[in-house]
Parts: sequence; C-alpha cells; structure tokens
Amino acid sequence: MIIGIRSIPALLKGDRQADRVVPPSGFTAQLTLFTSAAMAFLAVFALALSLASGRLAARWGEELAQTATIRIVAPLDQRAMQTAAALRVLETTPGVAEARALTDAEQQALLAPWFGQDLPLDTLPVPRLIEITSETEGFAPIGLRLRLTAEVPGAILDDHGRWRAPLLAAAQRLRLLGWGAAVLILAAVAAMVTLAANAALAANAQVIRVLRLVGATDSYIAQAFVRRFTWRAFAGSVAGVVIGLLAVWLMPTGGDGPGFLTGIGFEGAGWLVPLLLPFISGAIALVATAYAAGRALRTIS
Amino acid sequence: MMLRHNRSNKSNRTDTGVIELENVAYSYGGGELLSDITVKLAPGSFHFLTGPSGAGKTTFLKLCYGALLPTAGHVRVFGADVRTLERDQVALMRRKVGVVHQDVQFLDHLSVADNVALPLTVSGRHDEVAGPDLGELMTWVGLTDRATGLPPELSGGERQRAALARAVIMSPDVVLADEPTGNVDWDMSQRLLQLLIELNRMGKTVLLATHDLSLIRAAKAQVQARVLRISNRRVQLAGADL
Ligand SMILES: Nc1ncnc2c1ncn2[C@@H]1O[C@H](COP(=O)(O)OP(=O)(O)OP(=O)(O)O)[C@@H](O)[C@H]1O
Ligand SMILES: [Mg+2]
Repeated sequence: MIIGIRSIPALLKGDRQADRVVPPSGFTAQLTLFTSAAMAFLAVFALALSLASGRLAARWGEELAQTATIRIVAPLDQRAMQTAAALRVLETTPGVAEARALTDAEQQALLAPWFGQDLPLDTLPVPRLIEITSETEGFAPIGLRLRLTAEVPGAILDDHGRWRAPLLAAAQRLRLLGWGAAVLILAAVAAMVTLAANAALAANAQVIRVLRLVGATDSYIAQAFVRRFTWRAFAGSVAGVVIGLLAVWLMPTGGDGPGFLTGIGFEGAGWLVPLLLPFISGAIALVATAYAAGRALRTIS
Repeated sequence: MMLRHNRSNKSNRTDTGVIELENVAYSYGGGELLSDITVKLAPGSFHFLTGPSGAGKTTFLKLCYGALLPTAGHVRVFGADVRTLERDQVALMRRKVGVVHQDVQFLDHLSVADNVALPLTVSGRHDEVAGPDLGELMTWVGLTDRATGLPPELSGGERQRAALARAVIMSPDVVLADEPTGNVDWDMSQRLLQLLIELNRMGKTVLLATHDLSLIRAAKAQVQARVLRISNRRVQLAGADL
C-alpha cells in the first residue's frame, strides 16, 4: 500500500502545500461529510439496540438458567407427602443445586395481591410451590419430568425456559442483528468513501498527470486525497455520533418496567462504545482512499 | 541562481550518455512505430529531434523519461534501465529531467508562479520557492507580470515559457522539450530557443523535438547541435544538409 504505517502521523498532521496541489472540491466534500454523519447516526442506534438486547439476553439467560418451579397439585391430605417425595426426587437429580418448598407465609405473600392477607391456606387446596435453584449447567427438564410423573403424580414442573427460551433467542438474535447492522453501516462508509475518492481521483486526472510529470511520488499525491477523505469521514462521524447520542439520551426511559423498547440505550461504559465510531470511520476512509488512489495512480505513468 | 549549478558533467562519466537507447523498438499495439533505435545523449550535448508529423517524436521523448516503456531493447536514464525502476525511482528521476510537453498542462487552480515552483513543492523543497530563484526565473522567461495570474489566462507562447521555467527550476541535468515553439511566432520561438541554448551553455543536456527546420538552422549558428531525424521508423543522425 502506498501509505505506510509510519507515514500516518505525518499524514494526520497535514502538509498545507501538499493539500493545495489538489483543487478544493466543495460539493462532493459536503456530501461525504453528510453521508458519514448520517451513517454514524444510524450506527449509534444499531449499537444501542445491540447493547440493550445484549443486556436483556444476559439477564433473562441468567434467570432462566437458575430457577424453575414445581407445583404440587394434590388433595390437602396428600400435599405434604407429595411435597416431601418431590424434594427427595430433586435431591437425587443431577444439576439441581437447591430445592426448597415455600413456606405458608411465603405463599401467602405471593397470593396476597389477589386474595388479601387472610387467606386460610391450610384449608384450601392451594398448590404447594417448590423453588429449584439449579447449578450453572442446569438440569435436564425432560428427565426430571418423567421421574416426577412416576413418583409424584401431583407434581407439575414449571420450567421457565419453556416460555422464556424463545424470548431469549429473540434477544440474542436482535443483538446479533444490531452488530450486523453496525458492521454493514461501516462497510457502507467504506463503499461511499471509495466511490467519492474514485470520483475525486478521476476528476483530477490531469492534476495527477502534471504532478507525476514534475516528479511527485505516489504517496505524495495519494496523501493529499487520503488526508481529505479521512478528515471528512472523521468529522462527519463526530457530528453524527454527537447527534445520535443526544437522541438516545433524550429517549424516554420506562422506569422499572421490564419493557424492551424503553430499555434501548447505553449504560455505564456502553456510552463509550459509540465514541469509537469516528476513529473507525476515519481509519476505514484512510484505507479505502489509499486503496483507490493506489489503483488510480497505477494507470498514470 | 540554480541554473548556474552544473552537476551533469560531474555526475556522469563522459563515455556513458545521460540518456541511452539501445536497440529500442516501440509499438502502440499495431505495427512498430519505432524500430531498432540506438541513440546516446552525451552530457552537455544539444540535440534536435525532427521528422514529419506522426513520425514518433513525442513517443521518442516519452521513452526518454519513462512515460512509456520500450516494447523491445533498453532505455537507460542516468545509467539505470527504466524498466527496472520502481514508481518512486521514476519520480526521483523526473526531478532530474525537465520536460516540456507538446500540450503543456498546469494545475489550473494555482497561480503561474506556484505552477513554475511546483517541482520544488512536490519534492519537499517548498521553502526555496520564496527565495530569489523563482523571481529570477520568471524574469528570465519574461513572465514576471503574469506570475500571479492563473494558467488558463496565459497565451500559447506564455504557456510554453511557463512550462519551460517549470522544467528547469529544479536545475535538472536534462531538458526534454517537445515542440516548445509549436504555437508561437518566429520572434517568440527565437526567444525560447535562446533560453534552451543558454541552458545548454550551463551544461544541461538538451533534446528539442521540432519539425521547424528553420529553427534548427538558426540554432546551428549558435550552438553545436546534432540533428536526429526519424524516418522509416528509424532514427538517423542527419548530415549538415538541412
Ligand atoms: N496513445 C497512443 N495510442 C495509439 N497510437 C498512438 C498513441 N500516441 C500516439 N500514437 C500514434 O503514434 C504515432 C506517432 O505519434 P507521436 O505523437 O509520437 O508523433 P509526433 O512525431 O510527435 O507527431 P507531431 O509532430 O504531430 O507531434 C501517430 O501515428 C499517433 O497516432
Ligand atoms: Mg508530437
């Protein structure tokens, strides 16, 4: 490549003379600025989406991996016996870290919102709940269910995974899509800069011929172009990121509700991730322009 | 001023030419335009290159500064085969070879003075532009009044003088000029010729392509010039009979 790693500091510092030999290009320059700003703005949202769904996936995954419930639905006289039997089964189930029947007081608290404080639990056939905390690997729900049907007819295993698994998969897919969108946006920046650089190089073919004739090296000529496009992509991107972050910051938050939409945004160090975008765009523009210039220059002796 | 320095005679042994062509042939794709050409430009020599329009004068000059690579044979500039030169080496070589194109081109957004100084700028010697040399050179080619103008505003003769000034500002060892008197009147062509003769007296090797035989005759009175004539795809050293 005609722009070596070592020439990058000099490249960024700039050479007023080298910049002057390529004519200024008002309108296309503004288009490049605008496009990279728009791309950065979109990338901020893609990042917010994937970071938020990543957080959601992690939380759901944790809960899902760690808890399950067994309901013992049995006539009052058999409830205690079946609960004990279920706990015995759980003791010998691999992957179960802890199993505990909820006390009357705890069940009362759970039901209080619906039936009030004075529910006579000991006289009503309310199912007994057993809370299972699994080890990190988790247990096999199908095996446990089979054993329970054989030994504890009234036990129903409520594996939260049954309803959370698709949600978790969706959250994970959403995170992947978010990252994919961010990568696509950066690829579009590369394509846009390549097109703009090619147009600029073609428009300046005579300038390049004259420069080569009077003894300019390829890297001297390329730098004038590379510096411009790197700077435009960077500056546009800064503007886009600032506006994007502001928009995310101003988005209404949903208090403590579990809503997904209200959770879109950045948390903690996540706010720093979009700040990388201008540097990535700048680097992409540098490589894309250097590549385009290298190809254009090879056609001119 | 920089034109006073004379490096060509020091840096080149007399037995090797500044530019040497050895059994060179060139073809743009069809039949051969130039065949089996062996020419050596000795340091400090003055050559005319002549021949009918379309004979290949411009092509010959382009071979001399590496704009074209020969399809057969070898072209050596300052002893190096142009075929083996990297692009950066070609750029460095061109700083020592001043070229005036037949269709002179400039950077139209820069002033005439900036264009004349362009070889200094691109070779990282821009601080010398502010020195007295540029002004002296502009006076020498009679363009002081036009220094701040833009190239598109120049007349044909002014363009060619500006191109000549640009070609010599680096004090090159060789000056290759392609029809530098192409679109100027007799007086102006005499002035341009004087500039080239003066350069040659300072030790520069000069190769001037022209189909203007009266220009060659005028020059012969003042400088020991050899005439290379392209005919039938070959280059011959013409006799005294012009
Ligand atoms: N790039 C090219 N591709 C194909 N043919 C070319 C090219 N350049 C020149 N030619 C042909 O090669 C021949 C020699 O061209 P050249 O420019 O060297 O002639 P010349 O002697 O300089 O002519 P003139 O006196 O008119 O300037 C011409 O017939 C021209 O058409
Ligand atoms: Mg010609």
